[in-house]
Amino acid sequence: MTAILARLLGRMPIGWLQLLHNKTRLAAAVAGIAFANILVFVQLGIMFALNTTVLLPYTLLDADIIMSSADSNTLIGGGNVPRQRSFEALSVPGVASAVSLFIGNVDWTRDDGNTTNLQVLAIDPSQGAFVVPEIRNKIANLLLVDTVLFDRRTRGADTQRLSEISPDNPLKFEARGRTLTASGTISIGGGFSSDGYLVTSDQTFLRLFNSRIGGAPNHILLKTDPGADVDAIVEKLRVLLPEEKLKVRRVLDAAKADQRYQTTERPTGLVFGFGVVMGVIVGLVIVYQLLSTDVADHLKEYATFKAMGYGQSFFMGIIFEEAMILAIFGFVPGFIIASILYQILNSVTGLPVLMDVARPVAVFLGTIASCSISGAIATRRLASADPAELF
Amino acid sequence: MTDQMFPIITKGLNHWFGEGEARKQAIFDVNLSIEAGKLTILMGPSGSGKTTLLTLIGCLREVQEGSVHLMRQELNGAAEAKLVLARRKMGFIFQAHNLHESLSALQNVQMGLEVHGAILSTKRHQFKEASAYLLSLLGLADRLHYLPGNLSGGQKQRVAIARALVGNPRIVYADEPTAALDKESGANVVRLLKQLGRKRGTTTVMVTHDNRILEMADRIITMEEGRIVDDKTIGGQ
Repeated sequence: MTAILARLLGRMPIGWLQLLHNKTRLAAAVAGIAFANILVFVQLGIMFALNTTVLLPYTLLDADIIMSSADSNTLIGGGNVPRQRSFEALSVPGVASAVSLFIGNVDWTRDDGNTTNLQVLAIDPSQGAFVVPEIRNKIANLLLVDTVLFDRRTRGADTQRLSEISPDNPLKFEARGRTLTASGTISIGGGFSSDGYLVTSDQTFLRLFNSRIGGAPNHILLKTDPGADVDAIVEKLRVLLPEEKLKVRRVLDAAKADQRYQTTERPTGLVFGFGVVMGVIVGLVIVYQLLSTDVADHLKEYATFKAMGYGQSFFMGIIFEEAMILAIFGFVPGFIIASILYQILNSVTGLPVLMDVARPVAVFLGTIASCSISGAIATRRLASADPAELF
Repeated sequence: MTDQMFPIITKGLNHWFGEGEARKQAIFDVNLSIEAGKLTILMGPSGSGKTTLLTLIGCLREVQEGSVHLMRQELNGAAEAKLVLARRKMGFIFQAHNLHESLSALQNVQMGLEVHGAILSTKRHQFKEASAYLLSLLGLADRLHYLPGNLSGGQKQRVAIARALVGNPRIVYADEPTAALDKESGANVVRLLKQLGRKRGTTTVMVTHDNRILEMADRIITMEEGRIVDDKTIGGQ
């Protein structure tokens, strides 16, 4: 290792030899950096899980454009849209079809007495083209009143039972005073705003929610003709429809805006965003403490090197070498432990806390950067002092 | 008198420690020309400014007032980069040996050579050979790979001496180099430094309390309270 580093660096690997000399401290430093890494990984994991769960219900929809009320920030938030807007929209060349989307929340009291909150998405089951192909054939079953598709990844539910649901083996349950029959399943999973999802027909929805009327859905979904310029149609709709009452967006843009809103303006999103910032700051403090103590402890030895004619870049090189070694040694256990914690969080919360490729790369580069910057700050005292003052 | 003959020349050198009320003058108007290839000894009681003067003419302390001319270069107001280059032409043997605790005896000595650049592994190999050879001359052939923590005080001091000398410095500064050594090894070290002076023209400036080695000096400068009070050149050496 020493020989390889010497060849790599073109000099004596002082940083490596220094770290190796005090193995207790090396272990403590590696543990500290691993801890900082885990902290950042977990906070990032939860924040990205939140971001992902916001997008999940949108992935059920197969539509080009979504028209929502002007005050709507999320799928469920905001006012209703008059159904007549869908007829106005259909008058725009390029708009092929329209469907009303109803959204509401129901509480489901499970067999064990606990309550699960389910978000209900409802459309006309004869308009199966507006949902993704995977559930299109199941939508037809919803023509039967009080029939639903149940989210088999619903948090807290008996997932074994949910996965067995089929038209031959339906699940009957009660919500809002009605007996509902789940004849099929979808797979979304809970997020921060609900524990799971139900998909049903507009007619069942209106029976569940007596105060809602068919003429006032939450959103209107539009499909355009194949090959049509969706952006141009969005522009035309914006001109045609009263802007102060309606938002016209591509479904993807609406999903992204929802995500942005939930992560930057809602308390849960802010808390986890703040958690990431705190994790990074705590990580930086740990790394800075480690590197600056290390420099302080070797100050006398560095002063001797300075007296021998070594320049500031040499000391920066040693610190960078130590920073790289500590970053690598700390990252490996940090990454492994964080991956295990992700698995645990995943199974306990049902949130999609998943490791992707970009995150470890970002955390690793961030660790190297903060180690190097901390080291550079710590060596400043060495740069300004006369060697004789440091002995 | 030329710079060639006198690699170290000071003029009107004053130095203070501390700030404001606590400011205290440590060096008073020192004018000194030190001859090349000779062993010059700085003597004097504790606190007389010997070590301060040594670090001033040795590039280790910023010159505040007056002039220090070191190998044709003015140190007063010199840029850091020039000081770094100047330090590479000198060897410094410290009162405390100041070896790097994480490096072996051999590696410590190699650092005295690597300061001149060791990107190529063949060069590093040469440096290693040269360092090992010098250590064996100093009687440490069987201690090459020991860490300083496992060496005796005298052995550590010999490693420090090897580190200072390995780069063939033009000037060697030594601050109490024999303090940790017994009489015999102390005399050996000074003899070695003197031989270097004769063979390579190395100039040596040494601070010492040690009366046993005064007889080997070419010149003895005595300081008291920051001033030079006595300056004897011993002829015929």
